[in-house]
Amino acid sequence: MARRPEGPPPPPVVQRVRLRFAKRGRLRFLSHRDVARTFERGLRRAAVPMAYSAGFSPHPRISWVGAAPTGAASEAEYVELALAVVVDPAQLRAALDAALPPGLDVLEAATAQGTGLAERIDGSRWVVRLPGVAEPELRAAVAELLGRDVVQVERATKDGRRRFDVRAAMVLAVCRAENDTCAILEMVVRHTTPAVRPDDVLTALGVVAGLRPSVPPEPTRLEQGRLREDRTLADPLAPDRNDAGRLAGRSSA
Amino acid sequence: MGLWKGKGVAGDPANARARGGVLPCRRLACMSGQSLFARLEPLLPRVRRPVQYVGGEGNSIVKPWDAAAVRWALMYPDAYEVGLPNQGLQILYEILNEQPDVLAERTYSVWPDLEALLREHGLPQFTVDGHRAVGDFDVFGVSFSTELGYTNMLTALDLAGIALHAERRGESDPIVVAGGHAAFNPEPIAAYVDAVVLGDGEQAVLGITDVIRSWKAAGAPGGRTELLARLARRRLVYVPAFYDVTYRSDGRIQAVTANRDDVPARPSKHTLSDLDSWPYPKAPLVPLAETVHERMSVEIFRGCTRGCRFCQAGMITRPVRERNISTIGAMVDAGLRATGFNEVGLLSLSSADHTEIGEIATGLADRYEGEKVSLSLPSTRVDAFNITLANEFSRNGRRSGLTFAPEGGSERLRKVINKMVSAEDLVRTVSTAYAHGWRQVKLYFMCGLPTETDQDVLEIADLAREVIRAGRRASGHRDIRCTVSIGGFVPKPHTPFQWAGQASHEVTDARLKLLRDTVRADREIARAVGFRYHDGRPGIIEGLLARGDRRVGAVIERVWREGGRFDGWNEHFSFERWESACAAELEPLGVSLDWFTTRERDEREVLAWDHLDAGLDRDWLWADWQEALRETELDDCRWTPCYDCGVCPTMGTDTQIGPTGRSLLPVVGVSAGSPVVTAPVEVEVVAGSGAGDVPAAGSRIDPAAVGSGTPA
Repeated sequence: MARRPEGPPPPPVVQRVRLRFAKRGRLRFLSHRDVARTFERGLRRAAVPMAYSAGFSPHPRISWVGAAPTGAASEAEYVELALAVVVDPAQLRAALDAALPPGLDVLEAATAQGTGLAERIDGSRWVVRLPGVAEPELRAAVAELLGRDVVQVERATKDGRRRFDVRAAMVLAVCRAENDTCAILEMVVRHTTPAVRPDDVLTALGVVAGLRPSVPPEPTRLEQGRLREDRTLADPLAPDRNDAGRLAGRSSA
Repeated sequence: MGLWKGKGVAGDPANARARGGVLPCRRLACMSGQSLFARLEPLLPRVRRPVQYVGGEGNSIVKPWDAAAVRWALMYPDAYEVGLPNQGLQILYEILNEQPDVLAERTYSVWPDLEALLREHGLPQFTVDGHRAVGDFDVFGVSFSTELGYTNMLTALDLAGIALHAERRGESDPIVVAGGHAAFNPEPIAAYVDAVVLGDGEQAVLGITDVIRSWKAAGAPGGRTELLARLARRRLVYVPAFYDVTYRSDGRIQAVTANRDDVPARPSKHTLSDLDSWPYPKAPLVPLAETVHERMSVEIFRGCTRGCRFCQAGMITRPVRERNISTIGAMVDAGLRATGFNEVGLLSLSSADHTEIGEIATGLADRYEGEKVSLSLPSTRVDAFNITLANEFSRNGRRSGLTFAPEGGSERLRKVINKMVSAEDLVRTVSTAYAHGWRQVKLYFMCGLPTETDQDVLEIADLAREVIRAGRRASGHRDIRCTVSIGGFVPKPHTPFQWAGQASHEVTDARLKLLRDTVRADREIARAVGFRYHDGRPGIIEGLLARGDRRVGAVIERVWREGGRFDGWNEHFSFERWESACAAELEPLGVSLDWFTTRERDEREVLAWDHLDAGLDRDWLWADWQEALRETELDDCRWTPCYDCGVCPTMGTDTQIGPTGRSLLPVVGVSAGSPVVTAPVEVEVVAGSGAGDVPAAGSRIDPAAVGSGTPA
């Protein structure tokens, strides 16, 4: 009685393309699920020849890497697409970017080479605008946070409420002033489990120094990548982005 | 349908205190038409699911404010996730924005968390497209699919800084226009709206736009009263203020009479002819947020003459007007290209009744084979042909569930409601479905129908037992599921049941409990039958609002002032609040909640909506009500001679159905022949850049045909 999908199994994956994209402006309010749904529709509109999973409800094979939280903007989100037909990554980038709403902007595309994308990412650089907070106030709070060994915060995750340490994830924090009433916090954060997000850092600043911004802060992720000794981040697409990689993409077409 | 979620605490949005208080800013600081987003944005991280307020949906449109001669704010008065997929609003939005000098933006109900913040920060009700203040627009159009949106309209008016009562509105206030199915009896909201559109909205909104455009160009002579009079004289709208209602000493209506001699005695509904000329929406909106229908919809015909006596939609949308197979094929193709959706729903009141539905199903299934596009056909009837259709639609997909709606539990009751389905039909259909690999069948019934007894409802259990037995026989195994879903019947205006007494919620609840206990006690089927129903109390309030008159308006306002919001949502609805507001506002007038709901009306009683013409002959409706009581069925006029319901001669319309004899040709599919691989990138509609230029068959607008009303 059990039915099976008719016809041959889905075509195999012949190419994997990695994308860096931005989540900007009002689209920072998209959740990861919203981004994923919007991407799937964009991929259909751009007629990207996706590889699909098998079964009665086939899904396009898309691998997401650590999404920025709802409300946070980003210049450095990463995703990997599995394709059934070899394409020129530059053309794919342009077509997909045109098919996505303004604010979800595809910035780079490269054919995957070598190691997995997730292995190349273990840190993020963030910049957080803090309207209503003066720079000296922020500086003092950050100094207090960095002076501690452990700062526990609590947050509701999908596995329930969790307590975790923020301090150990903080690699670097720099304070600047946009003007007298708006401070800027720039920081590099190591990816831990659960991931320490900008709002966790702000919670921690509240815990250690009573910093409580009256206006919601505006976080933007600037970079993701492998943390180097000098506390900078290695571009995760750099190993994919070379002439050999592009040639490989074309030669098998 | 997603709305009644869980058993709820009676919601008390923290804004009861805020109501009369803060006057939003629009007349103070803001320039007309300015975007409020910069002031709204800091509030969004503080509310649930902020994405619903940011706009930017695929195919949404923001036009320059100053270049527009007429500006519409269109509202669906429920949450964004429910309102965005609404076809009526999407159709009007696109038609209006296609006019070069017209601008239309959308607004939805804000949840209580944002409502409180808007009041705290002095921000008004805003549109999601340009984030402009609703009060800045010329027209504020509100589409009511259900009466339970009335309190939400009051929230929006109040937040917008528009006087709640039409009579207190000033010259700079938008004209507030109601439409949608519930607007066929707008009397309960008569005090809060300036005008009402009855029927199909496509041509009506263009006609209204024309009148406003020339009135504004002439310097707004005579103010808003003259504008409303012009709209009424052109038979575009019903203006409640131009009609007076008098009452008899026993509380019944004496008469409803026009108080001006230049307006029609009976305003009538708009009927769109030739749906092939109006293939909207051409570029459906693609939401960024999750919504209740994650698919593209194509309306394959409008109207239904099956004659189910409980069905308001089937009565007020007559006659049947089909889109032909070519238009449907073109709309599906253009819509998929414009949106990237992977599911298409073919909508209508009874989709399997399209004269060429078989060809459409096969044609679309062939066309999108291997394209990962799934097709769905809501509103199917109980007959084996539907299984053939469903098999086509799920040719290579999962076969999970099929839904059938016998509506009434007993043969007798199905004759009363004119739903011509026998138990044998049902068992035969269900057997075929299970034999074809379908695993679950959902049966939809109503409780509280006229003349219903406990026995009629208990026969639902017998039907369920037959269905389970048939499924076990046909499939050869015991693991068969059947879900029985039951809704409370609410008598609606312009139907043969408009005179019926509504069953009290106590009666409905008792019958449902009896049925549930009977199913649970039956060991043969207890675990195979799932049982879904709602308590009867919200239905009583829906009944009050559906058949209420102008006196019910004060009840709505009181409920709203006491915090009533989102009455279609279980967690917000409070029956006690409605009940006490009825006691306070109605009983001093000698009427009551029961008087409006459970009381049966006699033939001569003037009904609150008798002065509004849906085309149906009142004598025919009464005769059909009497036929119902005699348990006599009536056939569909598409296949048997006309039975004189009155619509076609009154409205000058005619049934428009096929077959055309055409078939669908294959098209180059959405993902076949990828432009990424083979050709320069071709993107017809760029996200968020406007509906523009999606080709569809016969998509010509005829501005001369202006003059006709609100889509389903």
